[in-house]
Amino acid sequence: MHDTAESSNEGFDASQYPLVVRDLTVAYQRKPVLWEVDYTAPQGSLIAIVGPNGAGKSTLLKAILDLIPRLSGEVLIFGKPYRKQRARVGYVPQRESVDWDFPVSALDVVAMGLYRQIGWCRPVTRRYRAQALEALRHVGLAELAQRQISQLSGGQQQRVFLARALVQNADLYLMDEPFASVDAATEQAIVDVLRELRSRGKTALVVHHDLGSVTDYFDQVVLLNMRVVAAGPTSEVFTPENIRATYGGKLALLDEVGESMRLGRG
Amino acid sequence: MPQWLEPLQAWSSIDTWIVVTAALCAMACALPGAFLLLRRQSMMGDALSHSVLLGIALAFLVAYGLKSRGVVDEATYRATWHTAMFAGAVLIGVATAVLTEMVRRSGEMESSAALGVTYTSLFALGLLLIRLVADKVDLDPGCVIYGNIEAVALDRLGAWVWHLPRGAAVNGGVLLANLVLVTLFFKELRISTFDPELSTSLGIRADVMHYGLMAVTAVTVVAAFESVGSILVIAMLIVPPATAYLLTRRLGQMIAVSLVVAAATAVVGHVSAITLPGAMFGALGFSSVADASTSGMMAVTGGVLFSLALVASPHQGLVARAIRRLAWNVRVAREDVLGLLYRLEEMRVPAAPQEVYRLLREGHAVAGWLLKWALWQLRRERMIEAEAEQRLRLTERGRAAAQNVVRSHRLWETFLQRYFGASDERQHVSAHVTEHFIDRRLREELAAELNRPETDPQGRTIPPPPAKPGSQG
Repeated sequence: MHDTAESSNEGFDASQYPLVVRDLTVAYQRKPVLWEVDYTAPQGSLIAIVGPNGAGKSTLLKAILDLIPRLSGEVLIFGKPYRKQRARVGYVPQRESVDWDFPVSALDVVAMGLYRQIGWCRPVTRRYRAQALEALRHVGLAELAQRQISQLSGGQQQRVFLARALVQNADLYLMDEPFASVDAATEQAIVDVLRELRSRGKTALVVHHDLGSVTDYFDQVVLLNMRVVAAGPTSEVFTPENIRATYGGKLALLDEVGESMRLGRG
Repeated sequence: MPQWLEPLQAWSSIDTWIVVTAALCAMACALPGAFLLLRRQSMMGDALSHSVLLGIALAFLVAYGLKSRGVVDEATYRATWHTAMFAGAVLIGVATAVLTEMVRRSGEMESSAALGVTYTSLFALGLLLIRLVADKVDLDPGCVIYGNIEAVALDRLGAWVWHLPRGAAVNGGVLLANLVLVTLFFKELRISTFDPELSTSLGIRADVMHYGLMAVTAVTVVAAFESVGSILVIAMLIVPPATAYLLTRRLGQMIAVSLVVAAATAVVGHVSAITLPGAMFGALGFSSVADASTSGMMAVTGGVLFSLALVASPHQGLVARAIRRLAWNVRVAREDVLGLLYRLEEMRVPAAPQEVYRLLREGHAVAGWLLKWALWQLRRERMIEAEAEQRLRLTERGRAAAQNVVRSHRLWETFLQRYFGASDERQHVSAHVTEHFIDRRLREELAAELNRPETDPQGRTIPPPPAKPGSQG
């Protein structure tokens, strides 16, 4: 559907798509992590990114957000580079990426999603706190707003992160393993939120590790292992052959070439 | 007035200025220090307080060079030399952070190793330069390390600032600047410290905030140097914020408390320096020991205040934790006593105290004195009573509480058997622990889930909820 052939067509209008990734290559310490990734995300869909460990799933999200430098390629959010579209993108990092003993309340963390909107050097006023509280209510945590974040369970912490992304009121959401080790109630809360986002025409790109629930939760899937193995509607693309190609040993050669590049030039 | 406080009668404006300067300095350090602590970069303060020496040396060389070539005159040199020193410190402060990051990346090593390599090299270079020009610079490396706070009142500014001691004015100015910066950028500092990636993705670049914090730290450190010396500077950057971290759960509170702790450290440190050595060494027979270095005593005081917080903090403090653990153990012991008496009664076995005690000690991790204490408590609360022949038995109240414990135990066994097919032994071991965690709400949820069973897997009766709910569980 939305593959490279189309994106190189004359009539292709990148601004119609929440995300267009063209020829993206990223390397850590000279070792390529993502190779020539091409992907166009259709609007209003829930998209799973699946792939084995080290496949570059988180790296893809971070490269989209300009958090890590890319060797080549371009990323367009509704047709423009990310730095011009910050307001339209919400990010949910991996839960382990922050220090949960940090002296802030759940509400403080959610309000962080509004910092860009509030602007430099301005305080978080009552209006914004009310907005943050509303987002917490949305994920069922309004009563715990004043708790220090270390006093929350893992699932509740994940929902705080979700609320922080919701409060940004973005059009494209990038989520890094939101379902990782959460309780059943949290899993349901996240699914509900995702479906509601889709019904409002938003797009979510979600790094997902549980292959069993991909078909239930996501209508699009990107099978990633350093490069895009397959991408498209879950019903067409999420096939045993593609999964095997993504997780199987076929890419060992790619890895070997990468390793030799690292050693050769090091 | 007790004898050991007598040295305080000699308190003069000199002492007041020492305390004021030290307090301003400690508070100025606490502000960047709080963020360094939360970023797990406390050692960055240590590193900066050494490497800025190179900045000071470079600033001096440039300024002196300009003066000797006649580019600037003596008066301009004297007026701007301190500004140049701050500029040099900021430059080297930021350079330390940038170089550390570069060493970390290209050397692929952990950041503390990269920091260690970077700052020791810069510090050594600074030290060499200062030694080379030592005869011309009014900066003595010894003074940088130990400071000279006792002399703070001697170096006064002009009449236009009411002859304030220079140390107090400089550190006060830095404190004010730091307060303004932290207030203005509070939200940006908070997000870039807590979640650098989100911060950067929102356009608040975490690396820029990091270098900004390094610049502020460098200025603060240089200002504090001359007054209190680098050892105390390192202590003031870390210890008051660390103390506040133990006592609070919000960033704003943490910063406010670290300011208070910093000021308290200065006051208590100087008062102790005057009074304690005389009192202590006097008692040992030394007569000539009068007072100690205020800087040293302040650093010690900081450590003492921190230890107090560690012991007495309401959330994580050692005392609070010990009390919680003790209370829990007593509760477990009480519930075990009640459960045992209930079962003995059920089997119509008389409960001689020694026998009860022996059974409780069997396979029980709780200390003997705790069991004795629990027994004593239960008797005092009339949950159990001793009949003639010294037999223990449950009172009506005690039985109600015991019923809850045994009910929890047997419901949990039933639950494990029904849903997990656990063996009898496994069920019992698990239930023996779990019974203490099952409160009334959970108990009734379990009962409802299991369709209110009347017997457990071994066929023993599951006691019904007591008519008057007991105090236990």
